[in-house]
Amino acid sequence: MLRKLNTIIRRLVAPFGALFHAIFRSMYRLERYSLGLALAIVVAGGIGGAVEIAPLFTIDETVEDAPDMRLYTPLEQAGRDIYLREGCYTCHSQMIRTLRDEVDRWGPYSLAVESKYDHPMLWGSKRTGPDLARVGGKYSDDWHFAHLYYPRDVSPDSVMPAYRWLARREADLSDLPERLATLRSVGVPYTDAQIENAVQDARGQVDPDGERAEGLIERYGEATNVRNFDDQSGVPTEMDAMIAYLQVLGQLVDPETIAAAQARVEAGE
Amino acid sequence: MVSALPVGTRVLVLIVLLLGALVGLAMAVAGNGEAFGAHGWIVLLFCAVLAWRVMSRLDAPEPPASRLRSYYDDPIKVGIILAMIWAVIGMGFGLWVAYLLAWPDLTFDAPWASFGRLRPAHTTGIIFGFGGSALIATSFHVMQRTCRARLAGEFSPWFVLLGYQLFVILAISGYLMGINQSKEYAEAEWYADLWLVVVWVTYFTLYIRTLARRNEPHIYVANWYYLAFILIVAVLHIFNNIALPVSWSGSRSYIVWSGVQDAMMQWWYGHNAVAFFLTAGFLGMLYYYLPKRAQRPIYSYRLSILSFWGITFFYVWVGSHHLHYTALPQWVQTLGMTFSVMLLVPSWATAANALLTLNGAWDKVRDDATLRFMMVAAIFYGLTTFEGSFLAIRGVNALSHYTDWTVAHVHAGTLGWNAILIFGAIYAAVPVIWRRERMWSPRLVEWHFWLAVMGTVIYVFAMWNSGILQGLMWRTYTDAGTLQYPFIDTVVAMRPYYIARAVGGTMFLVGTLLGVWNIWMTIRRTPEADLAQDRPTTPEGEAGERSVPAE
Repeated sequence: MLRKLNTIIRRLVAPFGALFHAIFRSMYRLERYSLGLALAIVVAGGIGGAVEIAPLFTIDETVEDAPDMRLYTPLEQAGRDIYLREGCYTCHSQMIRTLRDEVDRWGPYSLAVESKYDHPMLWGSKRTGPDLARVGGKYSDDWHFAHLYYPRDVSPDSVMPAYRWLARREADLSDLPERLATLRSVGVPYTDAQIENAVQDARGQVDPDGERAEGLIERYGEATNVRNFDDQSGVPTEMDAMIAYLQVLGQLVDPETIAAAQARVEAGE
Repeated sequence: MVSALPVGTRVLVLIVLLLGALVGLAMAVAGNGEAFGAHGWIVLLFCAVLAWRVMSRLDAPEPPASRLRSYYDDPIKVGIILAMIWAVIGMGFGLWVAYLLAWPDLTFDAPWASFGRLRPAHTTGIIFGFGGSALIATSFHVMQRTCRARLAGEFSPWFVLLGYQLFVILAISGYLMGINQSKEYAEAEWYADLWLVVVWVTYFTLYIRTLARRNEPHIYVANWYYLAFILIVAVLHIFNNIALPVSWSGSRSYIVWSGVQDAMMQWWYGHNAVAFFLTAGFLGMLYYYLPKRAQRPIYSYRLSILSFWGITFFYVWVGSHHLHYTALPQWVQTLGMTFSVMLLVPSWATAANALLTLNGAWDKVRDDATLRFMMVAAIFYGLTTFEGSFLAIRGVNALSHYTDWTVAHVHAGTLGWNAILIFGAIYAAVPVIWRRERMWSPRLVEWHFWLAVMGTVIYVFAMWNSGILQGLMWRTYTDAGTLQYPFIDTVVAMRPYYIARAVGGTMFLVGTLLGVWNIWMTIRRTPEADLAQDRPTTPEGEAGERSVPAE
């Protein structure tokens, strides 16, 4: 019985044995040539990445269609750059997974298209704090201000750092046209007008009654949040930019497009 | 050290430092008071300090030609010291962020002291500062000994080691000043990334040129792993960091990748930084220092071939397991999961090969804490790779991802495997490199060993508990079908574990400080030893001919 089993196993493993011996023999030869070894390493290590990444650029179904998708306004992009600067991704994800409790807690699961214009994406890897993919519109500007200023004022058990200096600092708007132009070069479809008026539009977004707000809405759409986010008069602060960014998270693609795309997935199309 | 360099090389070093200083000055001027300008000053200062060191020894006499018949160990000495300095800095940042999570107001209202800026300083300080310096130093040691040949050149080893330090300094000081491109474990901005490419290409050519001098027909296993580490890390670094600067006089840039493609690129990079920086390079270390210290040959040559190619081929596929249940297409997730599970075979083959090598030397493991460091590292390697394959399974990942379980897993690897192996390797290397009889105090090594192991165990258990608890709380429903816990409840539940973790981390850092002291005293106080056998086998005449540095 045992002997029989042994032969069966041997027979099953035999073809692999031949493969292994071929590997041993060729390696015994290859390990005498440093450049040959280097080349073999790059080839063996390159295959996996090439097979998994290259098709993501070519397969159309990878990213859903959302023709009416909005772009970040200059102020929102400035806020995003502050989010990058402060390393918010170390504690907050922006990716609602396709799991029941996540959908119940944060809202409809995230689609690939929603971060299509995110350079880089901020899906994150750790939730020391909550997911932010759909935080936009969930809290008031006042709440965000108070929370960023000193989180434990509104959420006593929070372990988030206080970001008081955001309220003190003027947002750096001077190179916004260059920033938008760079983003256009890497694939975000900003128009010439949007790039030229970037500074104006950033100022206009915190001044709902001013003239500049009209141009902003014309260029970025009716749904744009035009408010004095930090309730302080004068130039936009970093707090304005940050709140403007947080308030647009999850709002770039309209809910109906998201629902329709998810319905298509569930129907198995 | 400078006086051991030929006068021509000293002049070359000065020219390179002058060029570096000019670039630094240009950055400082262009930066116009912003963080980019501060980086310019840092580059300038870095070059100036080194130039001053070289200048003060410029007129020292030409070193004797006989030096070319010995190994070139000066850069290794500096590399080991730098690695220990980074260990203290990186672990110091780590402790600070650990305490911040328990006491979030420890930031004194200073932007640079907030969690989001300190955390990348911790990861970069440990992975790239401590781990990278240790990898460079040990690779110089291992490649010379296993090739029985002197390092190729006396300039490029310094260029690699110190140029790399500049990269780490720019990266970490950048995060504290708010320069962060927010790609995890690749947070440094475009100019630091470009600089790293220059350093890395030099590193590769140095390695290949030293291999070309070898007096052994075969390239030893440890060198395969170091080669894989250098090559694949270069590929990963370049692709993941392709970015367009907003201006040439500022730090900001935008990554060319976006959304789902960027996510895949990021975790292809991120996981293979684990695979090729923290695994392949460290396996190179393990394959030299463990058999050497145990004075036993590697258990199986064939097993090392299989596990080497298994690791090189399989690892590259697994990055997508960081993106289970996300907007990444499912076929990529499935590939990542499948390869992650298969990866267990070469990983455990490697761990088994290391542990079986100790057969017949277990009495040494009992008596010699240095060898015990390496043995425990191999065990943690086995545990962590098992856990990694397990966590990559979609269903498990649904629970573990985004929680402290990931943190537990990473630290079982970085503390238990990487750091503990480095300490073992350094305790083995220091007496050889400095020509000492032994470490100053074997008792301190013993103390360091137990502090490191206990610290790691406390840390990992705390984070396992907190991670699993958090994952379960997030998905608990009431009978009415609603979520039972608001998010903030899970934050409150973490607090005791965060404190326990900080305690474990403190123990680990105390052990490291003991190690620093011990190494220092070994250099200063321990009697010298005669290690006549530790030299290259190059025949004298040939060594003379090859003596002209290629630079």
